[in-house]
Amino acid sequence: MKRLRSITAAAAMAMTIGFAAPVAAKDIMLLNVSYDPTRELYKEFNQYFSESWKANTGDRVTIRMSHGGSGKQARSVIDGLEADVVTLALEADINAIAEKTGKIATNWREQLPNNSAPYTSTIVFLVRKGNPKGIFDWADLVRDGVEVITPNPKTSGGARWNFLAAWAWAEHTYNGDDAKVRTYVSDLFAHVPVLDTGARGATTTFVRRGIGDVLLAWENEAFLALEELGPDSFEIVAPSISIKAEPPVAMVEGNAEAKGTSALARAYLDALYSAEGQRLAAKHYYRPYKPDLADKEDMKRFSDLTLVTVDDFGGWKKAQPDFFGDGGIFDQIYTPGH
Amino acid sequence: MTAAVSSSRWRFREPGVIPGFGLTFGFAVCYLSLVILIPLSGLVWRSSTLGWQDFWSLASDPRTLSALKVSFGSALLAALINSVFGLVVAWVLVRYRFPGRRIVDAVVDLPFALPTAVAGIALATLYAPNGIIGAQLAGLGFKVAFTPAGIVVALVFVGLPFIVRTVQPVLADVDREVEEAAATLGASRLKIVVRVLLPGLLPAILTGFAMALARGIGEYGSVIFIAGNIPYFSEIAPLLIVIRLEEFNYAAATAVGVVMLSISFLMLLLINLIQSWSRRRYGS
Amino acid sequence: MTDHAIMLRSALTETPTVQRWLIAVALLFLAFFLFLPLFAVFSEAFRNGVGAWWEAIIEPDALAAIRLTLLVAAISVPLNMVFGIAAAWAIAKFEFRGKAFLITLIDLPFSVSPVISGLVYVLLFGSGSLLGPWLKSYGIEILFAVPGIVLATIFVTFPFVARELIPVMQDQGTSDEEAALSLGASGWQTFRHVTLPNIRWGLLYGVLLCNARAMGEFGAVSVVSGHIRGLTDTMPLHIEILYNEYNFAAAFAVASLLVGLALVTLVLKTAIELRFAD
Repeated sequence: MKRLRSITAAAAMAMTIGFAAPVAAKDIMLLNVSYDPTRELYKEFNQYFSESWKANTGDRVTIRMSHGGSGKQARSVIDGLEADVVTLALEADINAIAEKTGKIATNWREQLPNNSAPYTSTIVFLVRKGNPKGIFDWADLVRDGVEVITPNPKTSGGARWNFLAAWAWAEHTYNGDDAKVRTYVSDLFAHVPVLDTGARGATTTFVRRGIGDVLLAWENEAFLALEELGPDSFEIVAPSISIKAEPPVAMVEGNAEAKGTSALARAYLDALYSAEGQRLAAKHYYRPYKPDLADKEDMKRFSDLTLVTVDDFGGWKKAQPDFFGDGGIFDQIYTPGH
Repeated sequence: MTAAVSSSRWRFREPGVIPGFGLTFGFAVCYLSLVILIPLSGLVWRSSTLGWQDFWSLASDPRTLSALKVSFGSALLAALINSVFGLVVAWVLVRYRFPGRRIVDAVVDLPFALPTAVAGIALATLYAPNGIIGAQLAGLGFKVAFTPAGIVVALVFVGLPFIVRTVQPVLADVDREVEEAAATLGASRLKIVVRVLLPGLLPAILTGFAMALARGIGEYGSVIFIAGNIPYFSEIAPLLIVIRLEEFNYAAATAVGVVMLSISFLMLLLINLIQSWSRRRYGS
Repeated sequence: MTDHAIMLRSALTETPTVQRWLIAVALLFLAFFLFLPLFAVFSEAFRNGVGAWWEAIIEPDALAAIRLTLLVAAISVPLNMVFGIAAAWAIAKFEFRGKAFLITLIDLPFSVSPVISGLVYVLLFGSGSLLGPWLKSYGIEILFAVPGIVLATIFVTFPFVARELIPVMQDQGTSDEEAALSLGASGWQTFRHVTLPNIRWGLLYGVLLCNARAMGEFGAVSVVSGHIRGLTDTMPLHIEILYNEYNFAAAFAVASLLVGLALVTLVLKTAIELRFAD
């Protein structure tokens, strides 16, 4: 219902601007503050969007991108970076902007379909060609002699999904025995020789430096790494249980209103849900919200997985402080002597 | 009359004939305050919102302490390595003529020019187990990249120009007559170097050491690519600051920053005091 | 040649064997820590040939980053140079209380982690601060714009010139200046004709280091820049972006350019040295 309304609103807006277009075509700039792995996706999506916006309204839109670690990007927006839209890795990061600046409505998750996540992803394993260590599921990660590469959940959004996915598997396997779950996760991190600060750094450590036997990565990152860095040297393994990672998007109303770009920003986010937006997401290895809008060939790449969601952990508002806050479970795992 | 009175009083400045003290001192202090002190006081102020108790529990947290130990330990080691080899490099560049000297001279500044992240990546490429140097070292049983030794390697790289570039101009300006005088008095070469030249170079070496040390303690960009970043093992203090920032906890981040800042301020002050004491003692 | 003369010479310089050893040690050390990393940068940069290297440089975002980097260096280096000369004059030519303290304050930016040096400006000018929103109401943008990047760069490169000049000036002592003054020269004349020629190498080194660091600074600038591609990305930030896009060759191409810029300034230094050599 809400979605329908926002689309009508955008269409109406587009039409009024469209009628005005012959009078004066405008140059407008839109700033999308995003996280690292979305570069390739938005490069193509921005081009599509500005062309279609020009065709519809006659206005030239320049979309500026800012990429970086999700938390760092959120902090920049809080400190005054004038993003019109944010497309980040974690709901918690957008919540932080909403809470600390009031520039995003607190009910932002309800303003767009699928909890404001036009595309999702999950966590998979990237292993070396032929899977020499025989790594097929989470249990294999803590075997002797297996080295696991993951970024630091404290500094990387992707790593938090890794952590929760491992936790979900352990909880399922040990029937919720908290002590055993903690031992497993703590064991897992004892197998991590390098904790990079970001997802891309971890990929580089695994792929270029040849460190570790398995990389825990976003599915889209794993595919991209495969494509860009060596389809002959690596393969993707899907574990029995993983987590549905929802990288959300939101309009920063406070900034967009001040700049007069609200309609544009709204249309931009809506276009992510359009047929072309969904097709591009799938092309760039994200799982589209509406799979039927994507190319069949692209969809074949995604294997079926049992996916838990962050809501099984009580949502990000609870999971963030419990697991990754100061003194949270992740901090408890790293105690002296480990 | 007045001079006699004032000489017995406490004086801010020794009298002299050279002009411009007010202008240069005033300008330097103003600029310093504007660019450095005011921003840094904002930092201290922000961490003070934390309250003494929280501040202390954060500063004395074992993880913070071990990160500080890693940062200070590796910076100290790197600065010592640089003092020895940097002196040799400066000496060779100033005193000897050999093919390629100018190229070597130019390359010394590379660590400043190279963005720290690139330096970290380049060093990690070389010293990783599959790198040119790392593979050789791995064959000998040494692991450098992704261990604390990797941090030292990065900090040696980052700090090298400090020593070379502070010693070089002073060494170039050393009056050869002193050496000649000592030589005519029959002193051996080693004795001249140790007794005559090194004391003159000591202030410059100390300055370079202090700067390399200070720089090493705070270095982030190049280190995180080669350190491994494992808590209690190879996690550096600046990374803890970043971690606090990721929690949107500015106060805690600035607290770690203030702790680092105070320790290195005291270390630098100590070195500078020793230096000005030795300057007064032995004269220039 | 008499025995005495031979003895004298051997006391004036090291024996050829010792010289060779020292050169070998210095070169070996530099090989491991400087030449190999340098070699790694250039070999990565030209991995896909000169054409690809050139493509990476003339790409519009790369050009924007190059322009921004040069602009930032052009503003911050002269400011720090003037400060460096003034501070070194006050510190080296006069005896006053608290001198070691003042020197330590000048050293301070070296010991501030780059992360923190960026953060101080966020705390000062961010939207949570007092100053930021006030300036913004007058349309002045500091953070996530060029002024913030300049400020962070000034902060980071602050001590270079002063720190380079202080030991040189202290070594010179004050007798030359006193002589000139007693001959009736003005303060400014004394500085220009007596002090400046004496400190010119130190000054040159200081400015070059300051410039190299200003162009290469990553950590502090990364905090205040906002990473808007084509607008607020400096060369080091652009390199990081490219690297994170798995575009390693392009990343190292821009890095090699930065190294090239540094090498050009050093060639200039050499040229000046030769021109003005005593």
